[in-house]
Amino acid sequence: MKTETTRTTRRALLRAGLAGGTAALTTGTAAGARAAGDPAITEIQDWNRYPGKGVDATPYGSPSSFEAHVIRKNVPWLTSDPISSVNFTPLHEIDGIITPSGLCFERHHGGIAEIDPNAHRLMVHGMVDKPLVFTMADLKRFPRENRIYFLECAANSGMEWRGAQLNGCQYTHGMVHCVMYTGVPLRTILNEAGVKPEGKWLLAEGADASAMTRSVPLEKALDDCMVAFGMNGEALRPEQGYPVRLVVPGWEGNMWIKWLRRLEIGDQPWQQREETSKYTDLLATGKARRFTFLMDVKSVITNPSPQAPIRHGKGPLVLTGVAWSGNGRIKRVDVSVDGGRNWHTARIDGPSLPKALHRFYYEFDWDGSELFLQSRAIDEAGFVQPTKDQLRGVRGSNSIYHNNGIQTWHVTEEGSIENVEIS
Amino acid sequence: MSKFRKPLLIIGLSVLASAATALAGDGEHFKLGRVATPDELLAWDIDVRPDGLGLPDGRGTVAHGMEIFDENCASCHGDFGEAVGRWPVLAGGKGTLQADRPEKTIGSYWPYLSTVFDYVRRAMPFGNARSLSDDDVYALTAYLLYLNDVVTNDEFELSKENFADIKLPNETNFIDDDRTKEPFYADKSEPCMENCKPDKATIKAHAAILDVTPEDAGEDDQPANGGIE
Repeated sequence: MKTETTRTTRRALLRAGLAGGTAALTTGTAAGARAAGDPAITEIQDWNRYPGKGVDATPYGSPSSFEAHVIRKNVPWLTSDPISSVNFTPLHEIDGIITPSGLCFERHHGGIAEIDPNAHRLMVHGMVDKPLVFTMADLKRFPRENRIYFLECAANSGMEWRGAQLNGCQYTHGMVHCVMYTGVPLRTILNEAGVKPEGKWLLAEGADASAMTRSVPLEKALDDCMVAFGMNGEALRPEQGYPVRLVVPGWEGNMWIKWLRRLEIGDQPWQQREETSKYTDLLATGKARRFTFLMDVKSVITNPSPQAPIRHGKGPLVLTGVAWSGNGRIKRVDVSVDGGRNWHTARIDGPSLPKALHRFYYEFDWDGSELFLQSRAIDEAGFVQPTKDQLRGVRGSNSIYHNNGIQTWHVTEEGSIENVEIS
Repeated sequence: MSKFRKPLLIIGLSVLASAATALAGDGEHFKLGRVATPDELLAWDIDVRPDGLGLPDGRGTVAHGMEIFDENCASCHGDFGEAVGRWPVLAGGKGTLQADRPEKTIGSYWPYLSTVFDYVRRAMPFGNARSLSDDDVYALTAYLLYLNDVVTNDEFELSKENFADIKLPNETNFIDDDRTKEPFYADKSEPCMENCKPDKATIKAHAAILDVTPEDAGEDDQPANGGIE
């Protein structure tokens, strides 16, 4: 008992000392120059002396407590109620091309449906030879495939149509994620019911309290859509549609019906709420585009960015970001540090897969001067990411959806960063 | 002999082509699942199309719709569909689609009445979906037409029979996706790499002016534009 108390006290003292040491460490790169040496090295650390927790301390596992700030965040004023709302992927805190499942942005229209997979059914009906009902166990007996795709909400960057508004790529671009899906090709399931020749459209419906619906052209449904029950090697998360969701590669996220329970074949689109009053793009003329399914070529610099300023001063700097296109692969990403006067081709690292996030890097020595950072992606179809002014010139500022314009971050001499628009 | 050679070649090629693109399960039948029963189809197949396909039997008047609306809808959507807070506005907004702040309502924007019926039946009232009878949904839809001046008589009755005859004012203002014709997409030439702008960049707009980013925003800060739809 006494020993334990003594030990606890020592631990507390060590922690107090360590806190001071950490502060010294983060204040500059010159820490190693002190004669006494870096306390992170010269002093024995708690974790080096005392054993840590054993196996099964967290049977599922969770990130380090030092990463507790790496979370999805919402913007409360955007919506009336968190049950029908959105939060954002912390793009500035992640790397590579795969988004960790717990960081994938959420968008719900009637909250998260908590579905018992044993009570879940998928119905296929309409213009088919025979209407069928599948259980989850049935779905898992079809041949599967694994595919990595980005999912972007059509309203991603929607708040920026009228000008720079939100300070951080999490908020300006965080309605995108990219995971590996495991599931059955949609055409395999439709083929089981037998689509009649007059069938031209598919209606997909969710089992949640909004009974979300979207019409999908049958050509797309038979091409690369999936009925997925896995993401990143495990079951879908509840907020991503557990136990099963539709995957509509390269097309707007709203179509990827979560909690998928029904697939109907018909000869016309159903003109549902989410494809008429929403997810239609109002132009300056007063006309509105409908069925703008494809997500255009887009990129953003995630580091440095307003939530991830430059803290290390002059010298080597890693600039990185993500690029994606609903048309397929990203062919090239260019980066500018002077607001688009001159461009440098960035290095794409990691897998380059169609309709998936691509990770790019541009390393350079920062001389401590003001920068205007921009990235510009080009996809394999040859489409070049436009500027925001080019988009506004054709569409006006009231489209809400499909804003894929080039983003500018202003870096000050101190390294702080702001979302701006430039001449 | 020569009669058969050509067809055989074609078959050979098509087998090769499909082998190259085939995924597991393509074209096969697995005899999984079971046939859906008529009652199951009736329970789940509730979608309605603009041509009236999917409408259930039923009817309801504007006056009855007002009673249902006041009780179930007005707390979010306002007494006249003008909305409370950031909940959706349902009426008004006529002539605002080219304005600085368009107000997209059933009367000013939505192309089809079937969308109103379908959506109310599947998802409203918020928090108690599927609780209204089909007659109630007809009545509510009739009242929403009245709030939007599409019908002006409060004795008007909407039914399966007259439903598809009613057109919403903005139906003709929707166009197909023509993004690939926009100049910056139609022009696929290599973009400029050097000396692309004559002058040094100058800032013309700051996020900091509006700064509505959550960590920094005060309770009263309002965004410059509408939010997520």
